[in-house]
Amino acid sequence: MAISTSTPSDGAPGAAPPTGTGTGGERQRRSTLLHRLDVRGAPYAFVAPFFVVFAAFSFYPLVYTSWISLHRVELSTLSLMEWVGFDNYTALWDDDRFWNALLNTITIGVLSTVPQLLMALGLAHLLNYRLRGSTFFRVAALTPYATSVGAAALVFTMLFERDFGMINWMLSLVGVENVDWENNKWAAQTAISTIVIWRWTGYNALLYLAAMQAIPRDRYEAAAIDGASRWQQFLKVTVPGIRSTIVFTIVLSTIGATQLFGEPLIFGQGPNGITGGADNQYQTLGLLLYEEGWKNYQMGRAATVAWAMFLLLIAVFVVQRIVKRVAARKA
Amino acid sequence: MTTDSIPVQAADARPDTARKIRKSAPPGGQGRRLFRYPGAGRQHHAGPLAYILLGIAALFSLFPLYWTMVAASSDNTRVTQTPPPFLPGPHLLDNLGKAWQDAALGKAMLNSLIVAGVIALSTVLFATLAGFAFAKLRFKGRNILLMLVIGTMMVPPQLGVVPLFMMMTELGWGQKLPAVIFPTLVSAVGVFFMRQYLMEALPDELVEAGRVDGAHSLRIFWSIVLPIARPPMAVLFMITFVHAWNDFFWPFIVLDMTNPTVPVALTQLSAGYVRDQSLIMAGALLGTLPLLAMFIVFGRQIVGGIMQGAVKG
Repeated sequence: MAISTSTPSDGAPGAAPPTGTGTGGERQRRSTLLHRLDVRGAPYAFVAPFFVVFAAFSFYPLVYTSWISLHRVELSTLSLMEWVGFDNYTALWDDDRFWNALLNTITIGVLSTVPQLLMALGLAHLLNYRLRGSTFFRVAALTPYATSVGAAALVFTMLFERDFGMINWMLSLVGVENVDWENNKWAAQTAISTIVIWRWTGYNALLYLAAMQAIPRDRYEAAAIDGASRWQQFLKVTVPGIRSTIVFTIVLSTIGATQLFGEPLIFGQGPNGITGGADNQYQTLGLLLYEEGWKNYQMGRAATVAWAMFLLLIAVFVVQRIVKRVAARKA
Repeated sequence: MTTDSIPVQAADARPDTARKIRKSAPPGGQGRRLFRYPGAGRQHHAGPLAYILLGIAALFSLFPLYWTMVAASSDNTRVTQTPPPFLPGPHLLDNLGKAWQDAALGKAMLNSLIVAGVIALSTVLFATLAGFAFAKLRFKGRNILLMLVIGTMMVPPQLGVVPLFMMMTELGWGQKLPAVIFPTLVSAVGVFFMRQYLMEALPDELVEAGRVDGAHSLRIFWSIVLPIARPPMAVLFMITFVHAWNDFFWPFIVLDMTNPTVPVALTQLSAGYVRDQSLIMAGALLGTLPLLAMFIVFGRQIVGGIMQGAVKG
């Protein structure tokens, strides 16, 4: 439709409706109707694609997962669903692998998230100085974010190799004996966490940096006048000033940690990848989900694991809420 | 002093403005030196310690990538010796060629390019449309719908994989690219990002002027919103492209080795099909190169985009 060349007062609110000939009035009425339809309907049309795609490929599957988890479904015969009630859930509850995977997900999650966010905070503080080459340091910090899980995990798997890996070689220089990074439970979980930390620290640091730059300077001034040292200013001004960003990154990292999949899978180098090591020493819930569904062909059970992941997330947020409230009450 | 402090205050509120002001001020100008409060990071010049720590951080970030290159240019015996090599060897092109063949990376690259390109394009288009509606159009239920968009950011897509897989099998899309593309055609983060940008960058008067001139909504979007939204659209495109290129879990489940994306093809390298460590690194390097190139060219913009999204998000 071409932009009409009518005078501005035509469309302006409060303008007197023209009392012209019949056809003119008809046209006017039609175009007003179209106009109103456009103003009313267009916003919905603009937001519709998002909601349609989300409903079809995210919301519906999420709900349907719970229905599938009440059935026995095999990968080879997906259309045959046999009602089993809560059997999958009780089986999961009695399965040692589930508790093992749950614990591993939590420990790897803590091992990767806590150092990651603390390092990001420190890095952001450094980047917040007036710097020469600040663009270089920022881009360098973000570069790991550009690597895929696949590439990153392959490289670190080699660096953590037991016999010729660079990390063991460096440790041998300071007198530490060869660490068996794959077969020792804590070593393996540390190695996997290192991959996560490497990929995401810079990204989080940039989020913090952006928030730090929005803190009003007079707060620092006031703190300085009150005699606060630099460290005290960091604790009392900077950290509270970016609190909402910190909460945001905790939420993001928690969601990421719950889903951890690619890093342990590739770290296991093939046959041991899906089971999370020979003794499941680093099997996460994500890996267990995949093992149940696509190795043992039990889609119903895989759906149950998915629900367990969801419940874990909710539990984490509830705990976080409580901690926050208790902390607020104390303060 | 008070007159001097005004630009400084303004500089605090908006990083972009800060940069502009700093650029326009003469280097080492009076205003800057007068305003140094103790403690606050940004107005302090970094000391040697800060540079050392930042150097270590940059090394930690870049070394694994550098070493990928070292290993990819060596032969297997050189990679597996102790101490490990620190300088590139002569076999880079050989290894890249072999890895390209062994991991079927040609097809994987093309697939990734298609997947990431389509997803990034559609995400940008739909995010701009919805972002415009949420930022500047009035309609019933706007706030509730916006809350829904924000709420969906919290739902990990992984929780729906089992039904999604069944759905794709039923549609006959198993092992095909549409199975990867369709579920990620839109992004809540993208919608929110565009809304935040357009709220500030697009004056209400401009939209009203378009209306007064009789333009319908799509026309306003095309002629007024799109030109203004070009910078954040470019940023959103790049960020979405990186995410789509690197996405692993769902493509790994729904695609197989006959038709993989790059991250899926790379698992083949680790899964014992190729035992040669330098070949594995060559493959990893190949899979990362396109994004590294993008980072070298657009690094500053991507950094700026992530930071911009963070301040307002």
